[in-house]
Amino acid sequence: MTEFLGEFLQILILTVRDVLPILMLIVFFQLVVLRQPIPNLKKIIVGGIYVVLGLSLFLLGLEKALFPVGELMATQLSGPEFVGSAGIEGVYWLSYSWIFVFAAMVGFATTIAEPALIAVAMKANEVSAGTISQWGLRITVALGVAFALALGTFRIVTGTPLHLYILVGYIIVIVQTVFAPKKIIALAYDSGGVTTSTVTVPLVAALGLGLSSSVPGRNPAIDGFGLIAFASLFPIISVLAYAQLAELSNFILKKTKQ
Amino acid sequence: MILLEKIWSAVTDLIPIILLVLFFQVFVIQQPFPEVLDILIGSVLVIAGLMLFVEGLEIGLFPIGEALALALAKKGSLLWLILFSFALGFSTTIAEPALIAIANEASKVSAEAGLIESSPETLSGYALGLRLSVAFSVGLAIVIGVIRILRGWKIYHLIIGGYVLVMLMTIVAPSEIIGLAYDAGGVTTSTITVPLVTALGVGLSNSLKGRSPLTDGFGLIAFASLLPMIFVMGYGLVWFS
Repeated sequence: MTEFLGEFLQILILTVRDVLPILMLIVFFQLVVLRQPIPNLKKIIVGGIYVVLGLSLFLLGLEKALFPVGELMATQLSGPEFVGSAGIEGVYWLSYSWIFVFAAMVGFATTIAEPALIAVAMKANEVSAGTISQWGLRITVALGVAFALALGTFRIVTGTPLHLYILVGYIIVIVQTVFAPKKIIALAYDSGGVTTSTVTVPLVAALGLGLSSSVPGRNPAIDGFGLIAFASLFPIISVLAYAQLAELSNFILKKTKQ
Repeated sequence: MILLEKIWSAVTDLIPIILLVLFFQVFVIQQPFPEVLDILIGSVLVIAGLMLFVEGLEIGLFPIGEALALALAKKGSLLWLILFSFALGFSTTIAEPALIAIANEASKVSAEAGLIESSPETLSGYALGLRLSVAFSVGLAIVIGVIRILRGWKIYHLIIGGYVLVMLMTIVAPSEIIGLAYDAGGVTTSTITVPLVTALGVGLSNSLKGRSPLTDGFGLIAFASLLPMIFVMGYGLVWFS
């Protein structure tokens, strides 16, 4: 119990340290620049304490429960014992198929629980007067991250150059931007940046580094990177695609009614 | 009743992770569960934490972000608004743990590749420079995003322009830094920054006539993930040549 408490305090201190610059900034602007009282100050302070406490509890729980299992699974799945023939040069990439499945599921599961995405989904729902559903957005983004990590691990196994994938991804985004409903574009671009924070990054880093060090011929320094980049690109594509599909189905519905 | 609903919504957030862990343990790895009790306690903590976080967002972080945006817009001083935006981006990024870890890792990798000297001073100087350039680029990104909201520029013009820049930089940047640069975009926006920045954008576009919070208010985070890529590649160019 005391050990638990000690760990919690450590994480709490780290979270407070993260929040400190923001706090100082807000206080400075309120006192020096704006020179006016903050409306509902008490409530906001309570809210701030909730955020810090909640985030610390969340991180402690992740560290206790899910990271050890996730990292264990990532190393076990990408290790030579599991892959079997991986020790032999020129192994066929299909023998890694469990890794691709695992990567996709990690991407989906961690994105659903990502606090930053929850925040953006809440705001998007509020601002769009309910037309953008929180779960719709979160599931769409999570599917994008799932695909991204499966493709990213495939890239590490095959050793193909990162910038080609990114280039093709950019071209897809640009083409989609031309045809997508204009209302969704800003939100779609944002959903790329919110997917990779507290939950996803540590697991994804473990997966990338583990995989690139156990696949023969891969260098963790060069091939281990890139998963996070994929996870920030593909949600843009999936959110834009979702909006296009929704518009298309509306269009077809209207046509059939006429 | 309301409490039960909140607990339930936090539980549903976690269900995919629990299913994933169970599935792989039972069907693929087929080994006994390591420390079931720890996992149970951890899951309860995660659920409680998510509940508190969401509650705190609604009563604390979102209102303060929007109130600040509104007050700054009312004040009508462009300079202070820009200073605030830059400081928000810079100060939250420079201390970001994920960025510190990645910068240190990158300096080790570059030293092993023989790109920089492996003396401790060079290593820490390189890592610090990397962090500074990422933090600067995030500050600048928020400033660009805020100016876009004020002027009503189309977001896709700027983002597509950014993509073109990233690709051009990829051609000239040293290949050792490209993977790192691409990833740097993803790690900059932390869990506390995202809600604040979102509230800033939405609050600002709410306070301006003719701006929609949906099409104009969002987009700040997109710049914060794009600009660091360009700056990290630029940093590599300057340092290595």
